[in-house]
Amino acid sequence: MIAFNKYYNHFNLISSILIFCSLILLIFKGLNFGIDFKGGTLIELRSSDSKINVSSLRDKFSQMNLGDVSVKKFGNDTDYLIKFENKDNKKNIIEEIKINLDKSFGNNFNFRRVENVGPKVSAELLRSGVIAISLSLAIMLFYIWIRFEWQFSLGAILALFHDVIVTLGVFSLFSLEINLSIIAAVLTIVGYSMNDTVVIFDRVRENLRKYSDIKIFELTNISINETLSRTIITSATTLLALLAIYLFGGEILKGFSLAMILGVIFGTYSSIYIANTVLVRLRVSQKTVLREDDQK
Amino acid sequence: MLYFSKLRIIFITLFSLLFIAIASSNLFKFDDDFFDKKINLGLDLQGGSYLLLEIDNAPVIEQKLQNLTTTIRNYFKEQNIKINNIKIEGENIFFNVDDQSKQTIIDTFTDENSDINPYYPRFKSHQLNIEDTGLNLKVNFSKQGLITLKTSSQDQAIEIVRRRIDEVGTNEPNILKRGNNRILVELPGLDDPMRVKSLLGKTANLTFRFVTNNENDSFGVEKLKYEDGIEEATVSKRIIISGDNLLDAQPKMDTQTNQTIVSFSLDRVGAKRFGKATSTGIGKQLAIVLDGKIISAPVIRDTIASGSGQISGGFTFQTATDLALLLRSGALPAPLDIIEERTVGPDLGQDSIDAGMIALTIGFLLVIIFMFVKYKIFGLITNVTLIINLFILLGILTLFEATLTLPGIAGIILTVGMAVDANVLIFERIKEELKDEKNNIVAFDSGYIKSRTAIIDANITTLLAAIILFFMGSGPIKGFSVTLGIGIFTTLFSVYFIARLFTSLYVAKNRNKEKLI
Repeated sequence: MIAFNKYYNHFNLISSILIFCSLILLIFKGLNFGIDFKGGTLIELRSSDSKINVSSLRDKFSQMNLGDVSVKKFGNDTDYLIKFENKDNKKNIIEEIKINLDKSFGNNFNFRRVENVGPKVSAELLRSGVIAISLSLAIMLFYIWIRFEWQFSLGAILALFHDVIVTLGVFSLFSLEINLSIIAAVLTIVGYSMNDTVVIFDRVRENLRKYSDIKIFELTNISINETLSRTIITSATTLLALLAIYLFGGEILKGFSLAMILGVIFGTYSSIYIANTVLVRLRVSQKTVLREDDQK
Repeated sequence: MLYFSKLRIIFITLFSLLFIAIASSNLFKFDDDFFDKKINLGLDLQGGSYLLLEIDNAPVIEQKLQNLTTTIRNYFKEQNIKINNIKIEGENIFFNVDDQSKQTIIDTFTDENSDINPYYPRFKSHQLNIEDTGLNLKVNFSKQGLITLKTSSQDQAIEIVRRRIDEVGTNEPNILKRGNNRILVELPGLDDPMRVKSLLGKTANLTFRFVTNNENDSFGVEKLKYEDGIEEATVSKRIIISGDNLLDAQPKMDTQTNQTIVSFSLDRVGAKRFGKATSTGIGKQLAIVLDGKIISAPVIRDTIASGSGQISGGFTFQTATDLALLLRSGALPAPLDIIEERTVGPDLGQDSIDAGMIALTIGFLLVIIFMFVKYKIFGLITNVTLIINLFILLGILTLFEATLTLPGIAGIILTVGMAVDANVLIFERIKEELKDEKNNIVAFDSGYIKSRTAIIDANITTLLAAIILFFMGSGPIKGFSVTLGIGIFTTLFSVYFIARLFTSLYVAKNRNKEKLI
């Protein structure tokens, strides 16, 4: 049996620091919002001329009066991702760019993807994203409150907040782009983290009923160990699937799968080291679950 | 938990086979209509354009208010009430009347049978609000009046948008209302998104009006620019004929001048007016105005009584074709803004399908190998179940003709990864039970029972997240929530029926074997 409980305090401290740093990052550095949430235009280009490179393309785009333009390689050597704000929301901007590029480089470009999100839409998307995440946290809280006692509910929700905040913190730290698919990833993380916590909590509750003489400090450790192989196997298969998406699923799914991978790792960790420590700190005992039984 | 009746076995087998058959139908093409359901590919996979259009109702409101000032003035004139200082400011009309008429006017506006202010009994509201500000009377649209106005311009606009897109001839466009001032257009497999965008971006408000030098024209005049944006001309506000009078418009080649032109034919009213205008106006310039710009302003040489004519203006064949198309399909009630656009080229779509399939295959193989190494025979059972699960999932998507997007494929892969969770929970529990219990059947039975609450709780939490995503997400993301959500149900079915069936058959045969799992 692994003595997870020996490190409860250490990891609580580490998690507190992680959350603190993430919040600092989120407040002062902020998130790198993509055009979904910031508005603007995105173009994915593929060139058929090997002489064209990032710097020549960047020069050309900066001459086009588009404001702040970012030109980056995307995936392989011939693909480029161009982003700009399109502040005036010009209607024929894509056509103009096409004509401009054809003039300088010849007709060597394939416009593989064009996305244009107006300021109104991006504000709405951001709002609905925030609502979706808040709503999912609230519903999870409600669900677990029905299924378990409030101490468990608090533990699970703290673990959820930890996972979401730290994942977003990592995105802020490395300036990774936040777009619609990241919101989907965060919601899935919420579901997964909850899933993981519930499995351990279910065992804690069962053991609380079984043993009246074991303190919660020991009891959580027993429960974690009993469910440990399941935790490892499920995390492993999920991570394998996500790794496949990350490596082979194409550039578009990269951010999504990365967020999910981080979320699964943090989610697994937090189920053990946050959710359970809350039970310990709240001195959950057999009485807590027996009272629940009486009510039923 | 381990007992299965024969009937149940037959049912489970048939059910699984049915869905495998349905899912496989995506791979074949049936000639007859025997079973023509297929999974739809989202725009991000098959290529195409997603456009969100917003109707700019401000000009419509302004026009309505403009008309209303005339109506108010004339209506009360008949009742010998003089309306003074009537003016439009923002979305309000202000005017003055003498004090004794004030109440009469307010009563006229608030009467449920009012002639000038329609009453909507369903909403218990008038179209217009009237208010005595002390200085003057203020009239503006009520909340309900504004909604009715927006809905009606949305209805008209969606009809015009549909006609224009049908004329371009894209296959299976999807045109939907969003709110009361937006239109969503999905165009799968579009070759030239820019053309559609430029067609939808034009109001196509066509008018024929005289060019005049008389600043005191009784209808008023305005200075309008030519298409080139440089030259200007003063044009009367009096409309001879408008786009509404057109019956047909076609691009043609003028054999004499070798120019591309747009020829049109007019309805009866239009033909009459056009004939009259051309007979009285010989020698004058008739401006052809489209969306506030002059296309051309030819000099009238002859009376045109036939009710047909032509527009020239330095068109290429493409621009003439587009103009004819716009004129045929009619003018939009208000300008449309494209507030969101997402276009994916067909080759990127194919690349995404390929990448998605590779990721799915590899993810699937990794999970299968892992499970087999870890659980041997029970890993095999899990894996067979997983494959059937995948087919059932695809079968359901086919049955509902759901739209599969790239995030949707990610949802399937994620389902594969998480689907083993339930089986793992069961197997691990059985292992624990076997520590104290020597009887295999009893241990397996209680393993299934004791793991049940955890499995159900765990799946419900993921399902809740998927449901929220479904309602809050848009486009591709919705596809993710669909596959993730359906995946949960198919997983629970396959774990509790298929995997359990295999497990029970195996355990029944090896009931006395030690270290079964």
